[in-house]
Amino acid sequence: MSDSPAIDIDPQTLNLLADSQLNLELDNGDMILNMGPQHPATHGTLRLVVRLDGERVLSADPIIGYMHRGYEKLTEYRTYPQITTLINRIDWLSSFANEVPFIHGAEKLLGVKAPDRAEYIRTILTELSRIATFLLFLGEMGLQVGAITPAFYGFRDREHVLNLIESATGGRFHPNFNRIGGLYKDLPWGWTGECKRVLDICAKSCDDFDRLVAGNEIFEQRTRGIGIITPEVGLSYGVSGSNIRASGVDWDLRRDGEPYLAYKDVDFKVWTHPDGDSFSRYWVRLQETRESINIVRQLLNKLPSGPNMAKVPKIIKVPEGEVWVETENPLGQMGYYIVSKGSTGPFRTKIRTASFSNVSICPWLLQGIYVPDVVTVLASLYFILGDIDR
Amino acid sequence: MSSLVLAVDIGWGATTAIKTAVVLAMIPAGALILGYVFLLKTMSHMQSRLGPMDSGGFHGWFQLLGDGMKFLQKEDIMPEDADKQVFAMAPIVVLMSTFLVYVVIPVGPELYVRNLDVGIFYVLAVSSLSVIGVLMAGWASSSKFALLGALRAAAQLIAYELPLLLAVVGVVMQAGTASMNGIVQAQVDGEIFGFSGIGLPFILTQFVGFSLFMIASQAELTQPPFDMPVAESELVGGHMVEYTGFRFLFFFMGEFGTAFAFAAISATLFLGGWTLPGLDMNAEYMKIAGPIILFTKVMLISFLMFWARFTYPRFREDQLQKLAWKFLIPLSVVNILVTAAFQVWV
Repeated sequence: MSDSPAIDIDPQTLNLLADSQLNLELDNGDMILNMGPQHPATHGTLRLVVRLDGERVLSADPIIGYMHRGYEKLTEYRTYPQITTLINRIDWLSSFANEVPFIHGAEKLLGVKAPDRAEYIRTILTELSRIATFLLFLGEMGLQVGAITPAFYGFRDREHVLNLIESATGGRFHPNFNRIGGLYKDLPWGWTGECKRVLDICAKSCDDFDRLVAGNEIFEQRTRGIGIITPEVGLSYGVSGSNIRASGVDWDLRRDGEPYLAYKDVDFKVWTHPDGDSFSRYWVRLQETRESINIVRQLLNKLPSGPNMAKVPKIIKVPEGEVWVETENPLGQMGYYIVSKGSTGPFRTKIRTASFSNVSICPWLLQGIYVPDVVTVLASLYFILGDIDR
Repeated sequence: MSSLVLAVDIGWGATTAIKTAVVLAMIPAGALILGYVFLLKTMSHMQSRLGPMDSGGFHGWFQLLGDGMKFLQKEDIMPEDADKQVFAMAPIVVLMSTFLVYVVIPVGPELYVRNLDVGIFYVLAVSSLSVIGVLMAGWASSSKFALLGALRAAAQLIAYELPLLLAVVGVVMQAGTASMNGIVQAQVDGEIFGFSGIGLPFILTQFVGFSLFMIASQAELTQPPFDMPVAESELVGGHMVEYTGFRFLFFFMGEFGTAFAFAAISATLFLGGWTLPGLDMNAEYMKIAGPIILFTKVMLISFLMFWARFTYPRFREDQLQKLAWKFLIPLSVVNILVTAAFQVWV
């Protein structure tokens, strides 16, 4: 381009010419469709600008930020115990799982270790919120493909799990149950028996979804071979969690990461699927729900006794230092980078959320597919808007 | 609605007026019954919820009427860029096609508006008029979502009109007539290998035709699994996306009214219509029993239609075209050939 001919023309006219050229290029018969911010398929306020040729997608640009609440900044003005209230609301479907990595980071900085019983209960509640999130996904995916009924089953069975979480923590959606050094309270009387009953319901629900949705021929037609994420591309975009496991990458922070919670004491399988398409993402989540049920059953059987809180000072002042904690959340890898300057609150917190990276693959993933598939691929990626925008 | 039912011979003008009024009343009545029984109650039961329980006292029977009244109160919004006249006409065109279908359905021995010789083909012809209304709505509402939905509907109709028609051909060949009354008569007169106890409901010989008809009519009605023109999860309602209030109600009534009509046609073609084996079709009591029998059959068939509607996810447009052209149409041609062979040699 260096030897382009010099044009003797004044800059103003050149700009106008450039504009008209651009207009000519834009007016090529493509249709630009704005999906969102208010659109049922994006479950939240994700805006997707889709350029269409007929029904085929030429390009898709996700536009995020409609729900930005500035939680990273807000953490700088709150004390450590207050922050759990905020981060509950990042991924609002599995709030309890959000609290865990942050509390772990703070505990690490402070040099406190939560008692075994607290760690076990934390693991149980994390897995329960994973089950609740995935049950909703398993139904919701059916809804996006056009079947209404699975969505209601998903909501119905998730409600059992939410009731369970509520009876233990007092909060259905935002438990805010973790404290630095343990848990606010012990489990209520009779909770474990009730939990086992609910797990049976969830296991049955998984079988239902297996037959009603995953076993449906139309569903398979709609999802097999659609929206394929290859392992290399997925990893380069930072896709994590079930989405990358569905591409055949055998990577689960519960097993492969720095040991946290009580995962070292349970025996579980990390499910992968070689295909990387929408169907495999559905299938992997279905198996992971079953695996979570299995994990909770094991934990309930070996729940140790003891206190639910370690000895911590009344006013928590965290010594200077930096820490990076990452966990395997329902949506994928979630991490907190906490910088402390020795005060009651963090100096700076960086929150790494799974959905942000999972959605960043959209422009690459949505090219060349049809409009109906945009919806199924988005649904199979399974993101929460609060988790993208924070 | 013949004058014989009324027991007095009134003039042609009055008879026609009464017929029109009855057909006009049938559409909202059919839509309401299907909407209440299946959309509100059966669906709720399948999805393990109650559905409306309060309005009207008994299991929320008043809910749909209340919804209708709500639609009447709503503001009539028209998009600024809309083609106003076309936009306003579109729901009426859709409802009109539903209205015209009811004309030839025989409900009892003398209970029909017109006994056309080409009855069933008339039905298929006028029922496809509705897509013109859908296209009008899509073009006129100046919304990209509506346009996509309307074009999908048009493509879908072309693909599904053919299997629908070919599925009926087998019945017409067996009955030897295209008149709806004639088809009912043929099923009563027919016999199975010389046994004439139950007549010959064509579902026994034309089961393939029945399945094809049900699948194709499901597509014609744009119900799941063939509801891409509406596709609430991607196109948020397709051609209806810009409609509010009473105009939306027209579309809604058109959808369920047509579902009722197609169930009635299917019952007439394949299940013997308003007759029942063992009952004398010429008896006086059939004037009362006929409509009740037909209604029961309509409900049975509607249940099948709505069951599929609540269970299946939706196809993609190209998959639907593949299904229609590569599977349904060849199958219906084979069905016709087999029927013809039986008619000639057996």
